[in-house]
Amino acid sequence: MRVALFVTCLVDGLFPDVGKATVGLLERLGCAVEVPLAQTCCGQMHVNTGYLREAVPLVRRHVAAFDGYDAVVAPSGSCAGSVRHQHAWLASEAGDPELAAAAREVASRTFELSEFLVDVLGVTDVGAFYPHRVTYHPTCHSLRVLRVGDRPLRLLREVGGIDLVELPQAEACCGFGGTFAVKNPDTSAAMLADKMHNVLSTRAEVCSASDSSCLLHIGGGLSRLRAGVRTVHLAEILASTRTEQPEMAT
Amino acid sequence: MTQPVFLGMPTAPPGVGQLRSRRPFPEAARAALGDAQLRRNLAKATGTIRAKRAAVVEELPDWAELRAAGAAIKDQVLAGLDGYLVQLEEQVSARGGVVHWARDANEANRIVTDLVKAAGAGEVVKVKSMATQEIGLNEALATAGIAAWETDLAELIVQLGHDSPSHILVPAIHRNRAEIREIFLREMGKVGLPAPPDLSDEPRALAEAARLHLRRKFLEAEVAVSGANFAVAETGTLAVVESEGNGRMCLTLPRVLITVMGIEKLVPTWRDLEVFLQLLPRSSTGERMNPYTSMWTGVHDGDGPSEFHLVLLDNGRTATLADPQGRSALRCIRCSACLNVCPVYERTGGHAYGSVYPGPIGAVLSPQMTGVADNASLPYASTLCGACYDVCPVAIDIPQMLVHLRSRVVDAKREASRTPSPERVVMAAAAWTMDSPARWAGALRAARLGRLLGGRRGRITALPPPLSAWTGTRDVPLPPSQTFRDWWTRRERRRRRNP
Repeated sequence: MRVALFVTCLVDGLFPDVGKATVGLLERLGCAVEVPLAQTCCGQMHVNTGYLREAVPLVRRHVAAFDGYDAVVAPSGSCAGSVRHQHAWLASEAGDPELAAAAREVASRTFELSEFLVDVLGVTDVGAFYPHRVTYHPTCHSLRVLRVGDRPLRLLREVGGIDLVELPQAEACCGFGGTFAVKNPDTSAAMLADKMHNVLSTRAEVCSASDSSCLLHIGGGLSRLRAGVRTVHLAEILASTRTEQPEMAT
Repeated sequence: MTQPVFLGMPTAPPGVGQLRSRRPFPEAARAALGDAQLRRNLAKATGTIRAKRAAVVEELPDWAELRAAGAAIKDQVLAGLDGYLVQLEEQVSARGGVVHWARDANEANRIVTDLVKAAGAGEVVKVKSMATQEIGLNEALATAGIAAWETDLAELIVQLGHDSPSHILVPAIHRNRAEIREIFLREMGKVGLPAPPDLSDEPRALAEAARLHLRRKFLEAEVAVSGANFAVAETGTLAVVESEGNGRMCLTLPRVLITVMGIEKLVPTWRDLEVFLQLLPRSSTGERMNPYTSMWTGVHDGDGPSEFHLVLLDNGRTATLADPQGRSALRCIRCSACLNVCPVYERTGGHAYGSVYPGPIGAVLSPQMTGVADNASLPYASTLCGACYDVCPVAIDIPQMLVHLRSRVVDAKREASRTPSPERVVMAAAAWTMDSPARWAGALRAARLGRLLGGRRGRITALPPPLSAWTGTRDVPLPPSQTFRDWWTRRERRRRRNP
């Protein structure tokens, strides 16, 4: 199976270890991973801030970059959600039915990581080992745009050595919301405060999620408080084995 | 992008009623967020009602079908609104009611004021109604020397406290019982029967004081003003759904009944009510059925009001209907389920939205009714977390609509000024950079300079505006020394050399 990694702009530029972990995990599970370097950003930031016109070329670029693969996998519920729920709509809005059709085609083969592992590869035990106390934030777009349900938790429960603790009010938004975090910083911070309170109440040493954007937010708050909890992407946990713990090495 | 043109579709006029925020949302929210008492009240109230709703929705095996039916019926109404409204007018008139058409808040206020004057009344009792709050009817009546008494317990608290509602269904959600006791003791005597001097803050005692105070209003009133939850086009029947019985008193005791109703509140047939009378109470109060459902059709000799007036209100609804991507906001049945699950509303409360319609539905409804320029910050008052869409009983895709309205805000600003805002410059530059992998890779490499910002702390704790809004409360990790694409390119090169 020709699997393309849709690494996302945030992982590319700020969290390369998440991308490396995703590649490592997929290759360990027998996938031939390719990274089309024509990809940049799906345009979600532009769309969600109201700059539709500016986002159209990014959609065109994304669709062309991922044409022809059996599957496109993203370590992000939000970016996969943008591809599946915004691209075709945006192309239609721009009066480009051909692009809309091509976008729908790419969208139909685009998966968030946990969806790809559970639904396409049919695995929940990926042979991971991660001896830490972990709590999991399920992220809004994974839950309510993609409907990934408990797939990430099913994957985490099979991880060797893990001490997985339930996050209270897990389904509540962390307050990130893209440019919301900057346009409405006070409300965003108030939401983050409650999320951090819940994370800290679990006594976990690691807060995980399948979106680097949410982790950037939660991690940014925890770091500011010197809370002693680190944020680790789901892919990094699943990529860890008894012999290789990429996340701990960096 | 091409946006629809709204020529000849008047929006709600400024200077009357309450649909516009005086301050942008982020600014208004800041004040609310600092109020610890408000935060506690809101978290407690929304948390309780959220759990109740979830429990009663869960027990219905056909909730998804009901929701789809609710959306479909409302869409049918909106598609044929012109015909249904005329049908309603014919049916109401045939049964002895009088129908008035109000283009906007000013017209509606004038119609109601004239009707109350014609009835020779100096005061009216009111059933809780969003439409009359929207048009500022109480203030308009006061200007004409007519006192309007709110009879819903929470609205009474708001009115006596010289306050404004902060929730569609629970207008005094921002008050706790100690505050309510204070308000009753201080204010009731000024406008009617005073509260007993030994009033405690026990809910039962507070409710009893309100009952006694209101009873006198009910018995003295000649005119009642109500809103309507539904109007049935085929029979001209109006319906009000409530919990306290104050509505039943207002709708049956006074001689004259005036109902102000938004033009979107129609359902085609009686059968359609079956769907909404299941959707509404479960979504709003988390009850299987609300305690009082009053329905009336025209007037009847010796039974109920002898005069019935129905004021049909537009006030920006036709302008909302004109936008294909925004019109489904008119499906709203004012249940407020979206407020109760919204993480933004839960923290800021309703006043921050500056409109009688707060929360997610307010963020899509208010800007459409006023025109986006007047409520430009509201479509941005959401993280797009999607919780509102999940609970909406008529499946309004609020997150998608927020994105659409954001684009209307951006496009309106583009039209208004050729000189781009700093945000527009940043967005255009980002799009230009991201439209080329070479430029993108270059930008990411340049971002490595950001490592210098972190110094020896290993994290970035301060950035210049506008990113200072982020670093005010959150750190940023240092950019990595190597981007993912550089790592991948190097790895591929190695693999090609040593396959």
